Amino acid sequence: MNNPPDVSPDPSEHEQYAHDVAHHVKKYMMVGGTLLAFTALTVFLSYVNFGTQKANVAVAMVVATFKVGLVAAIFMHLSAEKKLIYRILIFASFFVLALFWLTYLAWYDPIHH
Amino acid sequence: MEIPYTVSTRPDTGLWNAKVGIWLFLASEMMLFGGLFSAYVFLRLDAEPGYWPHGLLNVPVGTMNTAILIASSVTVVLAWAALKMRQFMRYKIYMGITILCGVIFLAVKLAYEWPQKFEHFGAYLKTEALEKYEPYLGNHHLMEKGLPPRVEITGHLHNRAALNDPNIKEYEIALDPVNADPTNPALDRPHFLYVPPTEKIGTIEKADVERATMFLPTHSAYFASYFTITGLHGLHVLGGVLVFIYLWLPVSTKLYKRNPEHLANRVEVAGLFWHFVDLIWIFVFPLFYLL
Amino acid sequence: MRSYFSGWSMQVPNAQIAVENSRFALEKFTLILSFSFQTMDASTELASRPAHDPHHHDAGHDHHELGFWRKYIISTDHKVIGIQYGISGLIFLLFGFSLMMLMRWQLAYPGQALPIIGNALGHFFGPGSMPDGKMTPEFYNSLGAMHGTIMIFLGIVPLAFAAFGNFVVPLQIGAPDMAFPKVNMASYQAFFVGGVIMLVSFFVPGGAAKGGWTSYTPLAVIADKGEAYHPFFNGQTLWLVGFIFLITSSLLGAINFIATIIQLRAKGMTWMRLPFFVWAQFVTAFLLLLAFPPLEAAIVMQLMDRLAATSFFMPTGLVVNGAAVHVSGGGSPLLWQHLFWFLGHPEVYVLILPGMGIVGEILANNSRKPLWGYKSLVFSVLVIGFLSFIVWAHHMYMTGMGQVIAAFFQTTTLIISIPSVIILSAFFISLWGGSIRFNVPMLFATAFLPMFGIGGLTGIPLAFNSADLYLHDTYYVIAHFHYIVAPGTIFALFAGIYYWFPKATGRVMNEFWGKVHFWPSLICMNVIFLPMFLQGMLGMHRRWYDGGQGWNLANEKVWGLSGFHWNMPISIAAWLMGLAQIPFIINFFWSIKHGKKVNDNPWEATTLEWTAPSPPPHGNFAVAPVAYRGPYEYSLPGHDRDFTMQNEPVQMTERARRAEPEPVHA
Repeated sequence: MNNPPDVSPDPSEHEQYAHDVAHHVKKYMMVGGTLLAFTALTVFLSYVNFGTQKANVAVAMVVATFKVGLVAAIFMHLSAEKKLIYRILIFASFFVLALFWLTYLAWYDPIHH
Repeated sequence: MEIPYTVSTRPDTGLWNAKVGIWLFLASEMMLFGGLFSAYVFLRLDAEPGYWPHGLLNVPVGTMNTAILIASSVTVVLAWAALKMRQFMRYKIYMGITILCGVIFLAVKLAYEWPQKFEHFGAYLKTEALEKYEPYLGNHHLMEKGLPPRVEITGHLHNRAALNDPNIKEYEIALDPVNADPTNPALDRPHFLYVPPTEKIGTIEKADVERATMFLPTHSAYFASYFTITGLHGLHVLGGVLVFIYLWLPVSTKLYKRNPEHLANRVEVAGLFWHFVDLIWIFVFPLFYLL
Repeated sequence: MRSYFSGWSMQVPNAQIAVENSRFALEKFTLILSFSFQTMDASTELASRPAHDPHHHDAGHDHHELGFWRKYIISTDHKVIGIQYGISGLIFLLFGFSLMMLMRWQLAYPGQALPIIGNALGHFFGPGSMPDGKMTPEFYNSLGAMHGTIMIFLGIVPLAFAAFGNFVVPLQIGAPDMAFPKVNMASYQAFFVGGVIMLVSFFVPGGAAKGGWTSYTPLAVIADKGEAYHPFFNGQTLWLVGFIFLITSSLLGAINFIATIIQLRAKGMTWMRLPFFVWAQFVTAFLLLLAFPPLEAAIVMQLMDRLAATSFFMPTGLVVNGAAVHVSGGGSPLLWQHLFWFLGHPEVYVLILPGMGIVGEILANNSRKPLWGYKSLVFSVLVIGFLSFIVWAHHMYMTGMGQVIAAFFQTTTLIISIPSVIILSAFFISLWGGSIRFNVPMLFATAFLPMFGIGGLTGIPLAFNSADLYLHDTYYVIAHFHYIVAPGTIFALFAGIYYWFPKATGRVMNEFWGKVHFWPSLICMNVIFLPMFLQGMLGMHRRWYDGGQGWNLANEKVWGLSGFHWNMPISIAAWLMGLAQIPFIINFFWSIKHGKKVNDNPWEATTLEWTAPSPPPHGNFAVAPVAYRGPYEYSLPGHDRDFTMQNEPVQMTERARRAEPEPVHA
């Protein structure tokens, strides 16, 4: 579980709760370290030539997406979120992609070639 | 009159109101930056070869700023965890560090990066003049290697008056390394470390210039996108910092005493916004600084 | 059966009644002390909060009488905010309509001075607008651009979505207020600022924006620039800045609506028991939330183009007035169009869906039977919401898209007509077999049906890019969309105003003058817009101030009637329509204080808002309502009354009857 559990108003349960959350603190630090490492990685990889410009862009975007995934899943607790939030985000993602993709198609399929 | 589910969760959704609200807001922000990024994509794809520059931004500084923002994301979630654990002093410390990181990020951008750009000069040459300035461009060398041509000469402009005075017929530029030594294979691709303009002076006649300005938003589609996207992102960073400051002030201590879970929720919501801002930067950094 | 006809009656209000019937009886809320929502909210348990201190004030949790300022101007109460939006929206609607009435003079009598008021208007709007009472082309363009902008973003969206939504939705779902009352207030204030900026833009040098409500680049980037203009306080720049405020307002509102509908439904108010109006507002909120931001991005970019000389939308090699423009180039005007219409199309569904919701409520109520096909209505409204995001380029058929992508957009555009037809058909079928009573709301609601039908059906030719090749930018398009918004949405909004007026004020509007408002409006709407289809098919071009062969042709040759200028009767009908709104305006304001007083549920409706007092106090319900049944339980067999409200528990006798197989679809 990636969320610290909801705090109980009962003070006697607090010690156990604090102990549970301590685990999460460690996880946050580790993810933070990973993100920094991947930042260094993406900078390093940007000086490696993967052939075409498209390939360079793809590599950079894959690394960026991985980092974004970590932030979203762990820091934003998305991996343990409720269904409703997922639904909202799935719709938004779909529409962002539609905006990109359909515009791209309209842009690069003109009637004159 | 109290609105239900501001702190406790509604049974069927499992969420409290502000959490629903912030994710809805973030969904709309996804669309906002989606629109901006799509502009970036189309402007870049449509750019003529050589007209979309590389290596004009300071990568070490950008990397450092990225690290600062990532660190602030870590500290804000630690601040929230501290609140959930009812460790108020620890919360204040982590929140304070977060605010500091945000302020540093903005300061680096506004006091160093942007002004550095405003002081840098670039002149796009007319197509017919490219051959004349081959000593500064090295296009033959690039063509042999299958690399896109250089169409711009950049550096530090010595005679600033030339920008506005029609009587001055040429620009005197302390050339950037890539224009001072254009056939050097080491300079085919941008370097990690930022190298300032060299001592070598290049003189360019205004008649050969298509367009010449300092590196302002008006300079090119690249800088238009760069300043607009980082500017809007910076506004979001500023907004986040202001909210964090509010959550750090004594008025929040009062809320903590009255209803600590409510404060924890507010910090979580503000933190979600902050992570999103970090997320956007994770994309902005490679797209502008590295690629 | 109660008759809703009331003649014109003069009542001398007695002071006591006047005090009691002040529009917002917020003094009543001091009686509402026991707040039963506490049973639903664990956080208010004593363990997690200190004991309630009677002198301790949370925001809104105030037992004292609020001053005028806090009660009416900076209120966080959804009902007050809804009325603020409503009054503002109506005023802007009237203003935008007046702009159009001015335009109609130019179209009917081109180049002629407007008598009596022409000179005064020329002085009012400044030099360059109407010198000697004759309209300049620039001013005509300003009127056109601002008519569109104001009607859509300052008129209909605030009225249909924000006003009705804010007032009605929390009541219909059984909530005490919106989820985020302060955000709600901020949303109105942002809207107000945006509206003021838009109005101010008329009075800066050069006048208001002139590039159409669509602000196509590069024209919009280079417009209103030069020596005669201020670098910032010019029409187009102010339009862009004002728009940012309006978008902010809509986004905040959308977040509020969605969170409220998800989180604050009363106990027993399941999704499939929601009134159709709430579903419509829910989908509308999603459209605003997700479609507006790309336009906001585009507006920021156009502002950069105008203020910082960037080239987001400026192509390379642009020449204006014989001189090359000094920008970097590399931009694309098409980019603006894509980002604009990405909002632009969902926007039109924002304009219609709340109206459909209102009509649904009123049809069910006045036919005394449930809406037919509730599930298909809900399904259709969700499908419309989804599809509306992927049809936008049908506004761009003339931009040179290739066949494949154009075919894609044609297909999705045609598919989206299906749920619209389903909704309209369900409404028609809902009337079948009903006990129909034609009070004023019902008149407007039933008129909506064929008017929207015409509007929707005439959109179908426009969906095909081959037909659009001819019809694009003609008056056919204007007729099509005006049929949907004008005798469509606006009639639905009028219906809603007459319908929910008693809930907001405790009085009904005068029935006779309501009919005097209705019939001329209906007739005029059709006289204005029906001929426009023909004008468009004859080639009359949109947005043109004067001249052009198509314009002459359209003016003279309709049904072989040579020499008959269609623009003249259209304009006269428009002015008559303006006159027909006067009884409405007077009726509206007069009835607030002097209308016939009615009980809390004068229409004998079933939805939850009618269980609250009229007007509802702060917090709406003394005891949190519980929903036991669907929203349209009219004419239930075995009941004395022909309506059963949503909060009436289900009786044992009903359960027994419900266990029997039902011969008729309920």
